[in-house]
Amino acid sequence: MKQRHIGLAYLSPYILGLLVFTMIPFGASLYLSFTDYNLMQSPNWTGLANYWELFTTDRTFRRSLLVTLTYVFLTVPLKLAFALFIAYILNHKLRGINLFRTAFYVPSILGGSIAIAVLWRYIFAEQGIVNMALLGLGLEPVNWFGDPTNALITITLLRCWQFGSAMVIFLAALQSIDKSLYEAAACDGAKPWHSFVFITIPLITPVIFFNLIMQMVQGFQEFNGPYIITQGGPLKSTYLLPLYIYDEAFKKFNMGYASAIAWVLFLIIMVLTLVAFWSSKKWVYYAGDKR
Amino acid sequence: MNTSLGNVLRYTLLIAVGLIMLYPLIWLIGASFKTNSEIFGNASILPENPTLDGYIKGWETSTPYTFGRFFWNSFLIILPKTIGTAISCALVAYGFARFDFPYKKILFGTVIATLLLPNVVTRIPQYILFRDLGWLDTFLPLWVPSALAGDAFFVFMLVQFLRAIPRDMEEAARVDGANSLQTLIFIVVPMLAPALISVCLFQFMWTMNDFLGPLIYISSVDKYPVSLALKLSIDTTESFEWNRILAMSVLTILPALIVFFLAQKHFIEGISTGGVKG
Repeated sequence: MKQRHIGLAYLSPYILGLLVFTMIPFGASLYLSFTDYNLMQSPNWTGLANYWELFTTDRTFRRSLLVTLTYVFLTVPLKLAFALFIAYILNHKLRGINLFRTAFYVPSILGGSIAIAVLWRYIFAEQGIVNMALLGLGLEPVNWFGDPTNALITITLLRCWQFGSAMVIFLAALQSIDKSLYEAAACDGAKPWHSFVFITIPLITPVIFFNLIMQMVQGFQEFNGPYIITQGGPLKSTYLLPLYIYDEAFKKFNMGYASAIAWVLFLIIMVLTLVAFWSSKKWVYYAGDKR
Repeated sequence: MNTSLGNVLRYTLLIAVGLIMLYPLIWLIGASFKTNSEIFGNASILPENPTLDGYIKGWETSTPYTFGRFFWNSFLIILPKTIGTAISCALVAYGFARFDFPYKKILFGTVIATLLLPNVVTRIPQYILFRDLGWLDTFLPLWVPSALAGDAFFVFMLVQFLRAIPRDMEEAARVDGANSLQTLIFIVVPMLAPALISVCLFQFMWTMNDFLGPLIYISSVDKYPVSLALKLSIDTTESFEWNRILAMSVLTILPALIVFFLAQKHFIEGISTGGVKG
């Protein structure tokens, strides 16, 4: 075999998988979104009918889209800000930093599991430990699952609780910053707050950017949390788009319609990712990049 | 700010955050030994009348199977999937990191694109494909994509790792007459071992936690992994038998916790070098 074909031979499992499980399904779902496919009969081309229905008459979709956007724009910044804040504190030369890092990372290991979603139902229950703690602090207990706003917050809190992996990435970036920069700034009379805003933040923008994209792509696909904790309720206030897609596709078998929703969700993610990439030229700073 | 005062503040904050983070988990473990009447209405960790009732009755489940069966099913999903992932990703990463071939840039671009591609957009046609292949209600839809290096994140991570390893040893082996596959198995894989361990650990963890995959593809209860079994037990257990559900929740997170504490170095390194979801 010729040398230049050996590499392709090693890639063959990947290429096969890419074609069969990614590229063909990707095209197929776009095609299906223009059909009325329901697994029973062969698909009929219906043009833009699915999309037309989504954006004109489907009130569930409108509600679900709004809830999804609210959820992502609430959860991602909160989670990243919290992860960065803790990483920043951990980055001071403290004893036992590894212990804290491990403790803060444990929720990330478990957070995706069903067991934790189940646990969330218990701790936010009417008589659960969160309300008991609020009572202990002399505050009013909150009806977490009965109120549309609060129900979404429980899912946001679950994902913020899993800030560990974003934090570890931030911490690695913070540790790589040259300490002499801070010393120089301190000599010039900069306060720690100034150093953070004008040295730390600019130097870790690539990592902020990376975390932002990854968390956003993930946030838009949140399923386990609302499926287990709130079942999309109350009043569809936690009925995120992935839940809607799941119900349409795998309960009602409206494959065509579900594909159209999936494509709208995909396009939203893609547009936001492209906006992030495009704007990153303005705000992401790469060391050694002279501009 | 005075340094020692600053440190006191930092420690106080870190310990407070740590307690808030870990309290739900510790409460979960404590509550799994409580009687049902004790679970709600107080925030204490220690049970007043410790009981194994939740574990014994929860393990039996309301199905004809015990939780042992569901753990076995999870194991049957995880083991081939993890082995397939490690082998296929090592082959592919080796191809990318050590050879030149036509369209290499485009192909590597597809790895990055797959990394960012939301699964939600390919899931429906994949389901239809697996249905047409007659693979529904088997473990094949959960194994095969991973065994074809479908988890782009692992390929990416291994390529990054391989690029940082010098090629001297491999070149020496080639001079001594080893072919490329022998070089991979005897020279590259041992050097790649730490990264491969990270890959296996993450795959173990993610598969253990995976819920949507089995939810879509597995329909017979006798094939349920623990994640589905736990959901089933919420739906079927009488509404006041809380300790059974909490006890089984503890058991389902136990394997992941044990593996994490045994191998946490690999996890932290894995995330710091590759960047990871979660």
